[in-house]
Amino acid sequence: MSATAQEYDYDIVKKFTIMAIVWAVVGMFVGVYIASELAWPFLNFDLPYLTFGRFRPVHTGAVIFGFGGSALFATSYYVVQRTCQTRLWGGGLVPFTFWGWQAIIVMAALSYVTGYSQGKEYAEMEWPIDLFIVVVWVAYLAIYFGTLMQRKQPHIYVANWFYVSFILATAILHTFNNVAVPVGLFTLKSYSIYSGTQDAMMQWWYGHNAVGFFLTAAFLGMMYYFVPKHAGRPVYSYRLSIVHFWALSFMYMWVGTHHLHWTALPDWASTLGATFSIMLLLPSWGGMINGIMTLSGAWDKLRTDPVMRFMIVALSFYGMSTFEGPMMSLKDVNALSHYTDWTVGHVHSGALGWVAMISFGSIYHMLPRLWNTTLYSEKLVNIHFWLATIGVLLYITAMWISGISQGLMWRAFDDFGNLQYSFVESVAAMHPFYAMRAIGGLFFLVGMCVMAYNAYQTIRQGQRQAITAQAAAQTA
Amino acid sequence: MSKFTHETIETNAGWLIVATMFAISIGGLVEIVPLFTISDTVEKNENLNGIRPYTPLEQMGRDIYIREGCYTCHSQMIRPFRDEQLRYGNYSLAAESQYDHPFQWGSKRTGPDLARVGNKYSNAWHVQHLIAPRSVVPESVMPNYAWLMQPLNASDIGDRMSALRTTGVPYSLSQTELEANTKRWGAEVASRLHIPSAQEALLAQAQQVNYDGDNTSVSEMDAMVAYLQVLGTMVDFSKIKPEELVKFR
Repeated sequence: MSATAQEYDYDIVKKFTIMAIVWAVVGMFVGVYIASELAWPFLNFDLPYLTFGRFRPVHTGAVIFGFGGSALFATSYYVVQRTCQTRLWGGGLVPFTFWGWQAIIVMAALSYVTGYSQGKEYAEMEWPIDLFIVVVWVAYLAIYFGTLMQRKQPHIYVANWFYVSFILATAILHTFNNVAVPVGLFTLKSYSIYSGTQDAMMQWWYGHNAVGFFLTAAFLGMMYYFVPKHAGRPVYSYRLSIVHFWALSFMYMWVGTHHLHWTALPDWASTLGATFSIMLLLPSWGGMINGIMTLSGAWDKLRTDPVMRFMIVALSFYGMSTFEGPMMSLKDVNALSHYTDWTVGHVHSGALGWVAMISFGSIYHMLPRLWNTTLYSEKLVNIHFWLATIGVLLYITAMWISGISQGLMWRAFDDFGNLQYSFVESVAAMHPFYAMRAIGGLFFLVGMCVMAYNAYQTIRQGQRQAITAQAAAQTA
Repeated sequence: MSKFTHETIETNAGWLIVATMFAISIGGLVEIVPLFTISDTVEKNENLNGIRPYTPLEQMGRDIYIREGCYTCHSQMIRPFRDEQLRYGNYSLAAESQYDHPFQWGSKRTGPDLARVGNKYSNAWHVQHLIAPRSVVPESVMPNYAWLMQPLNASDIGDRMSALRTTGVPYSLSQTELEANTKRWGAEVASRLHIPSAQEALLAQAQQVNYDGDNTSVSEMDAMVAYLQVLGTMVDFSKIKPEELVKFR
């Protein structure tokens, strides 16, 4: 009795899928560019719009909210329809979330390069954009809830729990972190209602849960649908997925303070953050094991199916970075790693290795199904896989070396008890690793362009086949 | 009525949302609310009375600091380690950023910490360094900020200070508030924190110190350097050590 493909709203999924690919290319290009600015500062070209400080939020905004956000909208709309066996609820609200979200990404990028920023990482959007985000997000929640309500299955499939938790948490975090007083009704400028220590707490509660819910819980939702579906096997353990979900949702909200170790934030708060960060290793690895073990009995797919390989390598990076994270949240490790490139490397092992790769796998899975055809080229998927993997490895290796070097150089003393290095000596020593990081990013970007080409050809092929089939039906 | 089990949540979207909201609310409540209610979170001591809101010129500089995204490469939070003490000075207190909306502690040191950069370099050094960093520090990877020499548009400084006043910064609007600030910080400082005369105060400070070496007009450079030169200078650490103040670290 399952609804046929024609009854699902695939149009919205297609739109978001295409924009996920577009924003990935744009955002990663800007990423490579700002990475190059740190290695070769002439690239700032003395233009305000291109300087690292203004361009960096363009990169983070385009990849997190543009690429990540669009991939989440696309997959969540796809998954909720297929697992509930019903069409999306919401009528005109559905395309509104698409145009609204795209407008937000564009407005945010334009406001940053022209010098409007709230000055809080990943929450740089000024107040009118923030308000618009609330409107779009409420529409998203309504659509999701409405669709769940009209499901034709008694059970709500586990992937949807993760998407629900991501939508709710993002709503709360965004709302509380961005409360600000505008300078005037006709200016973008505003001031955060919180100051100093409280603002820092609010920001990193938001900041780390942007990672925990936007970049983790939601992508786990993706994993819980696309990995079993693509492997053609049921989820390894349903019970584990329940434990995984509740432990992860509960614990993530505590860990943001590990960004504020040794600062003016009271010790009790940062200790709580460290404690929960360590505990978070368990649900994280539970989820990783649940995903990887879903493949048991079908391991040969790793050899034959590059899409499957993307998903499993994504889970491996998820496991790696959710081990590294708790380690870096230990106060003694953090004393060395904080303020260094190690943090940047850690973020990218999660963002490129986990978030981007699971999205690639899911998008490659959806493309032929959405356009009712086959992938244009499996070989290109394979090339993309290797470019991406080599890119991430170059990136994180460069950042490990530079981050740990920075940490050690800053705290080095000579025989007389003086600081051994001036700060700028540490800057100079980073040059080769900044170059290496930019090259790693370039590999990843080239892989992304290969994907864009492959997707373009797949869509064209699907459209051509549809026309041919239509013509054949008419002549028959 | 049937027993409430996990199956109830799995089969009821309303319960799923309620239970999830519950699970994700606890952590934030436990960690955030006490920071507003425990008064010792921000240190209080008579030796910290010098900590004041930024003057109009300094605040304009701070807004430019945020506009240019300086926080993406510079922290303003010194940690209690020997190397940081030697390199940057006494570790930062919560009280020192109590008027910072938003905080600018940062998360990355591509460049050095700036929490106590005030009074460490001359105004002329800052101007030269901001225009062309590599002319004074050859290994630097900082962008050139030559456009900071453009005239400062401070027409809305009053609105900016009013907005900050709404968030709780003690800029004065009425005579009573002005008097309270005078009692707290002396007449000269209080007059600079008075919103109705903000334009005059801004101009006076820029003319008087002449940060950028050009007294024909007020530039963004004047504001930026004024801000950098006040960072970390409001507490006299010859009178008190941070260890004597903090309760929660």
